[in-house]
Amino acid sequence: MRYSYFPGCSLETVARSYDVSARITAGKLGVELTELDDWNCCGATAYFHIDEILALTLCARNLAMAEKMELDIVAPCSACYKNMLETSIRLKKDEELRDHINLALKEDGLHFDGQGRVLHLIDVFMEDAELRKMRKLVVNPLKGLRVAPYYGCQILRPKMGRENIENPDFLENLIATSGAEAIDYPLKTQCCGGSLIATKNPVALKMVQNLLKCATDNGADLMVTTCPLCQINLECYQKQINRKYGTQFSLPVFYFTQLLGFAFGIPKEDLLIGSEMNSPEQLLAQFVKEA
Amino acid sequence: MAEKPDFQKEVATLMSVMDGNPIDVCIQCGTCSGSCPAADYMDYSPREIIALIRADLRDKVLYSDTIWCCSSCYYCTVRCPKNIKITEMMYALKRYCIWKHKHKKGAIGPDFSRKFVKMVVKTGKSYEPGLAPTFMFKYGIRGMIDNMSMGMSLLQKKRMAIVPKAVKRIKAFRRVLNRIIPVGVEQ
Repeated sequence: MRYSYFPGCSLETVARSYDVSARITAGKLGVELTELDDWNCCGATAYFHIDEILALTLCARNLAMAEKMELDIVAPCSACYKNMLETSIRLKKDEELRDHINLALKEDGLHFDGQGRVLHLIDVFMEDAELRKMRKLVVNPLKGLRVAPYYGCQILRPKMGRENIENPDFLENLIATSGAEAIDYPLKTQCCGGSLIATKNPVALKMVQNLLKCATDNGADLMVTTCPLCQINLECYQKQINRKYGTQFSLPVFYFTQLLGFAFGIPKEDLLIGSEMNSPEQLLAQFVKEA
Repeated sequence: MAEKPDFQKEVATLMSVMDGNPIDVCIQCGTCSGSCPAADYMDYSPREIIALIRADLRDKVLYSDTIWCCSSCYYCTVRCPKNIKITEMMYALKRYCIWKHKHKKGAIGPDFSRKFVKMVVKTGKSYEPGLAPTFMFKYGIRGMIDNMSMGMSLLQKKRMAIVPKAVKRIKAFRRVLNRIIPVGVEQ
């Protein structure tokens, strides 16, 4: 299947490893990700703090461009995914709002009709590639590796079509496919603090500390995320958290695409494993049997 | 002359684009506060904010820390038994605060959001280093050193861009946004 791929701003910088590993792992599964040409920022959360219709317009531009390509749009970032899906749902429902925004989109030769679907990257993996197909590709079964599935918030909430948002299990199923063990811990759908890490740093650090403690107390060797902001908050601030709370966290945090790619035998360097602040080298050394 | 609407009506108007129930159906059960991961750090819990709005205590709400502690995780929204979109209410209050320039002194959130929007209008994309000045110097010397060393590590790991990227059809992009609202940026 071919999709219109919307990387989002973070994947060009701090989350480059997500972008690189997403493309290569999807390729291995026969999923074709064609980058949306000339995409713009989804508006994150900040845009909704200033103007709602403007925020929806930003997303509508991307949706209209994907529609022009006649492809469903795929976002690897949970915030981009949530914003675009929400925009699509609301514009489809509200004709006046749609007309208003379409008038503006005309300035760029675009039009939103609401034809295509909005998907998170993991949906594509689960739907299109299927677990069965993925299992066949595993050459490095990650037996004995205890992985904490971390969902965070916006991939699940607000409720926009996903069945189980209180206790989902798709990430666990994906982790199990790699041969690793998905651990159970109560905070898997709790928020990482998002952009509060910049605007309310002490609050976000405490939120991240709770998550790290909960995951490690339940035996996690590694955490896996589906969102660049979660990865950054959970991984890059461990040093600060250790100093502040007297803890000793050094937990590697991967994108699900890196975990899967590694199990498929894709060389570590090609998945940008090693661009983390906490090196997972030692942890992964026991599994190196690259194809 | 028309009568000035009370605060509850104003908030309802601000939420008008969203189709959640207005807050007058709130039964004050506190499910929102119990579900909120940031409630411990707020001066008023989300339930209390709704109560304050209904009591028409405008300034208590606008100058509260609560609004700026909301990370938009939507736990309150999906669990509210009366289907009130509480996250949207928080967004509406943020917009109201920014619009009226009424917020707690030293709050970083409003500046961060303003800067973010200006940046996206200018280039079509967000760029982390461009946002740093809004918070870098707000957490004391220790915070500044932490932020700088984080920046260095990210740069070393090739996780930071030196130059911001921009959309290619930037002029058309800005024309689109200008059709929605005059944003005060040159064409």
